[in-house]
Amino acid sequence: MAEQRFWEDIAVDSPVPPLMKNATPRQLVMWAGAYGDYYEIHYNENIAKANMLPGLIIHGTLKAAWLGQMLSDWVGEKGRIKKYSASYRSMDVPGDNITMTGKVTKKYVDGKDHVVEAEIWVQNGKGEKTTPGTAVIVFPAKS
Amino acid sequence: MTQGSVITEDMKKAIGVESEPTIVVVEREPIRRAAAAMGDNNPLYYDEEYAKKLGYRSVIAPPGFQPTYSFTLKTAPMRADAGPRMPTGFTRFMNGGDEYEFFQPIQAGDVLSITRRLGDLYERDGRMGKMFFTVNETVFRNQKNEIVLIQRSTTIAY
Repeated sequence: MAEQRFWEDIAVDSPVPPLMKNATPRQLVMWAGAYGDYYEIHYNENIAKANMLPGLIIHGTLKAAWLGQMLSDWVGEKGRIKKYSASYRSMDVPGDNITMTGKVTKKYVDGKDHVVEAEIWVQNGKGEKTTPGTAVIVFPAKS
Repeated sequence: MTQGSVITEDMKKAIGVESEPTIVVVEREPIRRAAAAMGDNNPLYYDEEYAKKLGYRSVIAPPGFQPTYSFTLKTAPMRADAGPRMPTGFTRFMNGGDEYEFFQPIQAGDVLSITRRLGDLYERDGRMGKMFFTVNETVFRNQKNEIVLIQRSTTIAY
C-alpha cells in the first residue's frame, strides 16, 4: 500500500492519483464469473457484433470497481469512501490503455468527518472521458 | 416516439415499495476472485490475518463488488405485485450507471439481506428522442440489520 495521505495534504483542483489498466478478455471472463454477470457481449465476440458493438466491451461494473480501487488506494487504510458514482456514457474495450483519475472539487469538515469531494472518470487511450462520476470520501486528519 | 409522458400513476405508485429479501452469505473466495479479476492486490481482499490486524473480522469486499448474483442462499420469490409493469413502448435498453453509498465494509462471514426497490423514474429528451430512466435501489443489510451499502443502478430505455 502507498503511504497514508491526510486531509490537510489534499488541495482543491489537484488531481486524483491515476490508476492505469489494460483489460484482457481473460480478465472480463474472470469478472463475469466473480460478479455473476454473464451477459455474452463481454466474452463472446460474435454476440457482441450481433448487438452492433465493435467487439467485446468492458463491464460497466468493472470500470466502476476500478474507480473504487483508485479511491481506496488514494484514501488509504485510515480513510474511507462514503459514496461514488459512475455513468456508463461510452464503451471501453479490452486492449485499450484506460486511465481512472479525477479532480478534487471541494474539501470541508462535516462533524467528525474530514471530507473531500472529487469529479472522477475513466478515460480511454484517446483521452476521452467515457465514464464520469463523482466521489465523496473521508481522509484522516493530522490534528 | 411517444408524445407526452410515458410514466403512469401506477408506475409512480411502485416507487419505494421494497421487495422481500434475498439472503446471501459473503464468502472469502468470491471476494478473492473479484479482486483478482480487477488486478487489485490489496491484501485486505486476500489475507484474513492482515484484515484482522486492521480490526475487521475477515477479508472485506472491494468497493464496487457486491457478492450478490451468484451466491444467494435464499432468493426472494416473485410476488404478484412485485415491480411495476412498464408498458412504455421502448425497445432498447442500456446500463446507465451505478452509485454506491457505503455505511460499513462488507466482510466475509456477513449474512446479507438484500432488498430491491424502485428509486425513481424520469424522462429526458436526448439526441435519439425520448429517453426513459429507471433507478433501482438495492439495499444491503448485515446480520445485525444494519444497512451496509445502498447501490443505485440506472437503466436507460430509448
